[in-house]
Amino acid sequence: MIPLSHYLILGAILFSLGVFGALTRRNAIAILMSIELMLNAVGLNFIAFARYLPQTMLQGQVFVIFIITIAAAEAAVGLAIVLGLYRNFKTVNVDEINLMKW
Amino acid sequence: MTINLAIFYVLAAFTVWAAAVVVLGKNIVRAAVALIFAFCGMAALYVLLDAEFLAAVQVLIYVGGITILLLFAIMLTSRISSPTARVINDQVLLSAVAAVGLLVALIYAAIRGIPEFPGPPRLPETAPFIGRALLTTYVLPFEAVSILLLAGMVGAIILARKE
Repeated sequence: MIPLSHYLILGAILFSLGVFGALTRRNAIAILMSIELMLNAVGLNFIAFARYLPQTMLQGQVFVIFIITIAAAEAAVGLAIVLGLYRNFKTVNVDEINLMKW
Repeated sequence: MTINLAIFYVLAAFTVWAAAVVVLGKNIVRAAVALIFAFCGMAALYVLLDAEFLAAVQVLIYVGGITILLLFAIMLTSRISSPTARVINDQVLLSAVAAVGLLVALIYAAIRGIPEFPGPPRLPETAPFIGRALLTTYVLPFEAVSILLLAGMVGAIILARKE
């Protein structure tokens, strides 16, 4: 039997990788990819808890369905925003888009 | 070392390697393909956790929908950039510290904070269970998420169309 902590540690590693990517990448699409990685890590945690906790009604798995749905909607809207950004600034590197910086 | 544990380690290493390529890869298309591998690794881990319906949903929606969308956006917004263009911005050190600190806190919580559960006997199949739960106990979030998807679709079309 695989201990629960193994899954949680794997979720933690993936989440930290996603946090690092979202904070350091310059390409806006790469930031969106890191956010998807974070959402996936959270989903893994939910399903691990749904499997290992006593007396669950699989709430973890139902919640992961909602997470996947919301991630899809967020990716669509985020990419539409990135397209608009590209049209106006001709770049998708977020540190070159600094019109509102002091 | 049972065969389950060995399979878990192989899948975990594969997924972490794919995630590292997503986060650190210079070529953005290579990062998107590595994201596909990461999603497939996650789906395999879901199967290992007896969530076979969610593994199928993951492959269908994440690999078949979201990564295709990401690849389209990459193709529409790529410039002829030099291969020596920087991938990482100036705050590498701070965010590395933050990410490692978060990782240490989460691993500490995972090891010390949660008692070892044995796990209940597995359900024969999860899809009818989830379906029934979505339409009885969780019908309100289900309908709300449908409205969210509709709003997201309309918003994305409006944001992305030509002026």
